[in-house]
Amino acid sequence: MSSTVLSPPRHYLNDGYGVKSWLLTRDHKRIALLYLAGVTFFFFVGGAMAVLIRLELATPPGDLVSDETYNKLFTMHGVMMVFFFLIPAIPAVIGNFLVPIMIGAKDLALPKINLLSWYIYMVGGLFTLYALIAGGVDTGWTFYAPFSTASSTTNVIPTALGIFITGFSSILTGLNFIVTIHRMRAPGMTWFRMPLFLWSIYATSLINVLGTPVIAITILLVAAERLFHFGFFNPALGGDPVLFQHLFWFYSHPAVYIMVLPAMGVISELVAAGCRKPVFGYTFVAFASLAIAVVGFLVWGHHMFVAGESVYAALIFSILSFIVAVPSAVKVFNWTATMYQGAVSWETPMLYAYGFIGLFTIGGLTGLFLAAIGIDVHVTDTYFVIAHFHYIMVGGTIMGYLGGLHFWWPKMTGRLYNEGMAKVSAVIIFVGFNLTFFPQFILGYLGMPRRYHAYPPEFQVLNVLSSAGASILGIGYLIPMIYLMWSLRYGRLAGSNPWGAVGLEWTTTSPPPTENFETTPVVTWEAYDYGSTVEGHVA
Amino acid sequence: MWTGIPLFPETASTMASRVDALYLFLLGVAGFFSLLIAGLIVFYAVRYRRQSPRSVGATIHGSVTLELTWTIIPFLITMVIFIWGASVFFAMARPPDDTLDIYVVGKQWMWKFQHLDGQREINELHVPLGRPTKLIMTSEDVIHDVFVPAFRVKADVLPGRYTNIWFQPTKAGRYHLFCAEYCGTRHSGMIGEVVVMEPTEYQAWLSGGPEGSLAENGAKLFESLACNTCHRPDAQGRGPTLDGLFGKMVKLQSGETITADEAYVRESILNPSAKITAGYQPIMPTFQGLVTEEQLLELIEYVKSLQATPVAAR
Repeated sequence: MSSTVLSPPRHYLNDGYGVKSWLLTRDHKRIALLYLAGVTFFFFVGGAMAVLIRLELATPPGDLVSDETYNKLFTMHGVMMVFFFLIPAIPAVIGNFLVPIMIGAKDLALPKINLLSWYIYMVGGLFTLYALIAGGVDTGWTFYAPFSTASSTTNVIPTALGIFITGFSSILTGLNFIVTIHRMRAPGMTWFRMPLFLWSIYATSLINVLGTPVIAITILLVAAERLFHFGFFNPALGGDPVLFQHLFWFYSHPAVYIMVLPAMGVISELVAAGCRKPVFGYTFVAFASLAIAVVGFLVWGHHMFVAGESVYAALIFSILSFIVAVPSAVKVFNWTATMYQGAVSWETPMLYAYGFIGLFTIGGLTGLFLAAIGIDVHVTDTYFVIAHFHYIMVGGTIMGYLGGLHFWWPKMTGRLYNEGMAKVSAVIIFVGFNLTFFPQFILGYLGMPRRYHAYPPEFQVLNVLSSAGASILGIGYLIPMIYLMWSLRYGRLAGSNPWGAVGLEWTTTSPPPTENFETTPVVTWEAYDYGSTVEGHVA
Repeated sequence: MWTGIPLFPETASTMASRVDALYLFLLGVAGFFSLLIAGLIVFYAVRYRRQSPRSVGATIHGSVTLELTWTIIPFLITMVIFIWGASVFFAMARPPDDTLDIYVVGKQWMWKFQHLDGQREINELHVPLGRPTKLIMTSEDVIHDVFVPAFRVKADVLPGRYTNIWFQPTKAGRYHLFCAEYCGTRHSGMIGEVVVMEPTEYQAWLSGGPEGSLAENGAKLFESLACNTCHRPDAQGRGPTLDGLFGKMVKLQSGETITADEAYVRESILNPSAKITAGYQPIMPTFQGLVTEEQLLELIEYVKSLQATPVAAR
């Protein structure tokens, strides 16, 4: 039988059974699956809150839940999604699985630290979940002072502590990836032969290591002011509320790139494999990632154009924000150009790549509206901003994450999912997403402020459209849960290279053995070398 | 045409049409590039659709010319948008000299407005048509934000300092005023209306107010708090004279020179030792907790009134 040939007797999934073999594993692939369970859980917790938010907003008065509950819902939606889904999702699940395999290594440089990262992540997440169950928190995920330090009577400190704890997981994972990429590359795997996904993960890891400590310090300052009345941010205690915003956005704007850079890396892989072609302008795409990571650290003030920063500070942050848009545009043009004269696939991963490019383009271009200070003054703190960052985070990060999950699922599990259902759900997600968030651009320009429990009746039609879209989007997210789980038992065996793609991960078996490769590979070819070595790689 | 879905907010200030013009330009840019990318993706996906399971794409690595093209052109376009956006912002940030000033105090969860003539109102702001109007704003507790979509202006309202916005209404009517910075439980209830009136109606409305202008109330307060024992008009007191002070440069003991603006007057009342005028002793007690935000505004307005013809402290 061919299946016995394709599926080796021993691989990382059957190398040890039982709870202990998972909870004490040091295998980066198993840890990736542990993260997969974690981020999926927190995604559906955050998603459930989004459902309630959209239900409440279907009618103008605040009638479904109380204002207090509504404020807790959007706060916990943001906290869960940002800190426990979007930031870890691609690096910790897909990155963990792929970084060692893509460079031809047996594991990450620090496997025990990798497992520790997962435990820290789960402790932080469960701590935050406790804060939610014990009454919730109502500050918004931005924790603006002095509201968070002096006014809110909810569980600010437990929530913030959960985020604080999880930050260490980001730092350790980032450090692990950096060390691994520097030290563990197989013979012949030079920096410029690495898949672009690794460049993205590398750039992301730099931000994680450099930025996360700042949010950790900020959280400690909030806790100190709340508990001991040290005057950092509250003017009544001699502090400065704008200082909080500087510290918060110094991390939280780069955090947007922590979320979207890995997705960009995934898209580079999907486009190359989907077109069976090298990514157009490899070095430009690689350096664009680093440029985004570096310049992304210098644009935080664009969140504060109306917050009381000086006119000249605003001008500098505005021009830098325009500059950081350029490397993103370069990437979009390069992905599009890669399709030219390709052998372009219409399989599910490529559908997600199309979706990503389209939605990220709209998200990026609407970023220009917000970088233009004259318009930002009108649309900041409105639904325009909500729509913009959901296009980047949901349209970008989640499309990239789901595309990557579909692309590497056969490698991770050894099984193929139902392609027809996968295509249908990809289309449902795309349509549902646009119906949910496009009307919010219009709402924002009309002036509907964000974080409003009740709103004037003239905004209702657009809100109903948005809520309708959200229900479609929700269904789109549930369908993959079904067919992916189904494929684990009933899916066809994938074989080592179901997409006919190049890259080291497709040269090993599916699922890979615990040590990833039978013998350490020696790399003699460039990335995406479809032209000359295709016969050597296509199974 | 079915007009059930509104697309544009009302345009009711001089700034609104400037913001809209830039917005339309950006819609054009965004629309062009969105359609370009979407069109290319659809076209390539169809044109180069994979013919057989084993076919591979052409080996094309890139083109420096193209890379430079799509780096430089977007860069230039963004610089045009930057300059345009900055020029609109400059206009927003620089109120004209002859504005009608109105004081705003935000607190959880209401807006309090004080007109110079002494009129006070809550969650409703009456302003005259055609007159540049400046709001000088502060908060009693957390950060709030005044947002009037029809005027396309917005600014955070912070505790412990003064921020301002200005607008020149171009159309009579009633417009939404929203709190746009999340401020707690009843944030979405912290809303009000701006009522733009014909100037004559506005005058009539103003005259229906209580006795005593803001500056007159400030003068009374100045006396009852015994500020006038040290801050005397003849410069013989233990504190510096306040006549003609506002808007002037003040030389401090530390050697710095600062402008006597609202924030300076406020700080000097609440935290007098922070900025000592050169040549004076730090003997003034703090009035923290003794005067409310609204009384501070009355005192500031009184200090402002001590310019050419001071209001006599009665």
